[in-house]
Order: sequence, then structure tokens, then C-alpha cells
Amino acid sequence: MKKFLIPLALFLGLVIFLAIGLNRNPREIPSPLINKPAPAFSLHTLEGDAMFSPADMRGRVWIFNVWATWCVACREEHPVLVAFANKHAVPIVGLSYKEIQPQDEAAKLGPDAKLQVARERSWVWLKRHGNPYINSVMDLDGRVGIDYGVYGVPETYVIDKEGVIRFKHVGAVTPALLAEKILPLIDTLDKS
Amino acid sequence: MKQRGWWVLLACLMQLQVLLHAQVIGPEAAAMAQDPVVEARLVVLSQELRCLVCQNESLASSHAELADDLRREVRSLIREGKSDQEVKDFLVARYGDFVLYRPEVKPLTWVLWFGPFVLMLLALVFLGRYLQARRAQVKPQALSDEDRARAEQWLKG
Repeated sequence: MKKFLIPLALFLGLVIFLAIGLNRNPREIPSPLINKPAPAFSLHTLEGDAMFSPADMRGRVWIFNVWATWCVACREEHPVLVAFANKHAVPIVGLSYKEIQPQDEAAKLGPDAKLQVARERSWVWLKRHGNPYINSVMDLDGRVGIDYGVYGVPETYVIDKEGVIRFKHVGAVTPALLAEKILPLIDTLDKS
Repeated sequence: MKQRGWWVLLACLMQLQVLLHAQVIGPEAAAMAQDPVVEARLVVLSQELRCLVCQNESLASSHAELADDLRREVRSLIREGKSDQEVKDFLVARYGDFVLYRPEVKPLTWVLWFGPFVLMLLALVFLGRYLQARRAQVKPQALSDEDRARAEQWLKG
């Protein structure tokens, strides 16, 4: 046995660990919500007086996408979602997350006026960039966001027929992620 | 006299710091005045919790918006009479163990908690074996008469 090989082997081991460590994304925190029932809520929708709650989607596999008009990464993600919605029949529900930020002038308004402003802004934005959502809900104070463990918009969830969260992605959804992970998952969930 | 000057300077600096701090935590000050007991618990608790946005800051020190929201959430949980453990469970259920600066000891975190000690133990075992092998290698050899005579001659110079 050649003794000088030992430090070399140790060094290579260290390099491997470092390579793995450095290539991981520290922003990707495993969500404890995977395989847990999607937290219930009842929120105003973008249009009309009807409220939306996740229970309305029972029996369907759906995508829940958290976004905001002030979110820069959402702008990058949005065309991907629009293209996806045009091509596939998977329902996507949008959650407009804290549309009115604390530093915003509109933050001083009353709750009803705030909802109105948030709806208008979201509506204009969706009109310009395309609307991939079958329904959009307004989470003005970010409470529902907290229940879903949202910490960086955009975030995307896949929820199954029983209302269980099966997948979560933090950050912009890419065509590759949709094709390689999300679509196959939805296919298997659809069949079950 | 000179010493007194230093004290004045120090007092001024401290005053400045208090002022700066007050400015930064402005919005929190109102809540603080409202219910100091809740705020005191919030401060202690949130030092144990990590801010998800700026990951190396605690919830107590972070100015990220999400941290504001989470502090508000923790505040209302405390007001509802929840225990510290219940507050932590609330956040762990949503954000995972990552929010805790001191994760719970459970099979998943065993490596984290005990790994360093296992490594140290291994290192000690290796050190012991190395020292033993070395001692065997450099066994003191008895001097022959010839060596002794030569050494004496050198010492006489």
C-alpha cells in the first residue's frame, strides 16, 4: 500500500463534498408541506364577488402559482406559464401575493379600496402579459402565503385530487422543469 | 480630566446608537409600547428563529418584509396564549426545521448534532494509533561502549 495515496484520497473526498455543497442551491429549502393537505383558505378572487377556496378544486390535479406584479422573477416565469396553459389542460390557479407593499402609497387605504387597487393592478398586468390562470385569488396581507410557507415569489405547487400538496418549487418555473418534473407528476396523479 | 472626556464621548456614542436604533425599529416601537410582555417574549423567541429571506439573520434582526409578517404572526400567536414550543411548531410546519437556529434532536438531525463528536472520536483513535506506531519506530537504542567513548571524547572537546 502506498502511503502517500492516503492524503490524496482524503483530499479528493473533501473536493467531492465541496463540489456537492457548492453546487446545491441554499435557497432551496425542502418544504415540510409535501404530502400534507394544502392549507385551507377562503379569499377574494380577481373578478366578481365569489370567494375561492382550495376545496373547490377537489377531484382535479391543479397547479397553484404564487405571483405579484412587483415580482421581477415572475415576469420571466409568466410567458412560460402562459405557453403551458395554452398547450395543456391542467388548471392553474394564481395567488396574487401581497400586491400592495408596505412602502406603497396604496398601503394607507382601507381594506376595500386596497383590494380594489390590487385587483386593478393585477388585471392590467395579466392583460398585458397574458392570463394563464383559470382563477386568481388575492392574498393582500400575505397570511395565506405564510400558511403555504411562501418566502420568495414566485412559488409553484402541484396539488392532487385529494387536495394534498405533491410538489413545490421556489423561483421561476422553467420549460425544462415543467416538461421533466411537473408534467410527468401531473400525469401519474391524474391516473391515480 | 482626559479620562472624563472619554466618558463623555462614550455617552454620546451610546446616545447616537439608541437614536439610530429607534429610527430603524420605528414601526415596532408602537407595538412595544402596547404590550411589553408580549414584545419581550417575541424578542427572545425570534432570536431563535431564522429569517427565510436573508438566511443568516434571525427573525429578530431582519428587516425583510417577510420577517415583519412573521413577527406579526408570532406576536398574535403569543397573544392567543400559545407556548414557545407551539409557536415554533407553527413555523416548522410551514417552513421546515430550517427556521430553527437550534434544530430538534431527531434521527434526521443526528448527523448534525453528533457528527462532529463522532469525527473527533475518530480523529482521537487515529492519533492514538499513529503515536503508538511512532513510538515503536523510534525505540531508544542502547549505547554501545564504543559510542559512549566517542561521546565522551566529543564532550571533552
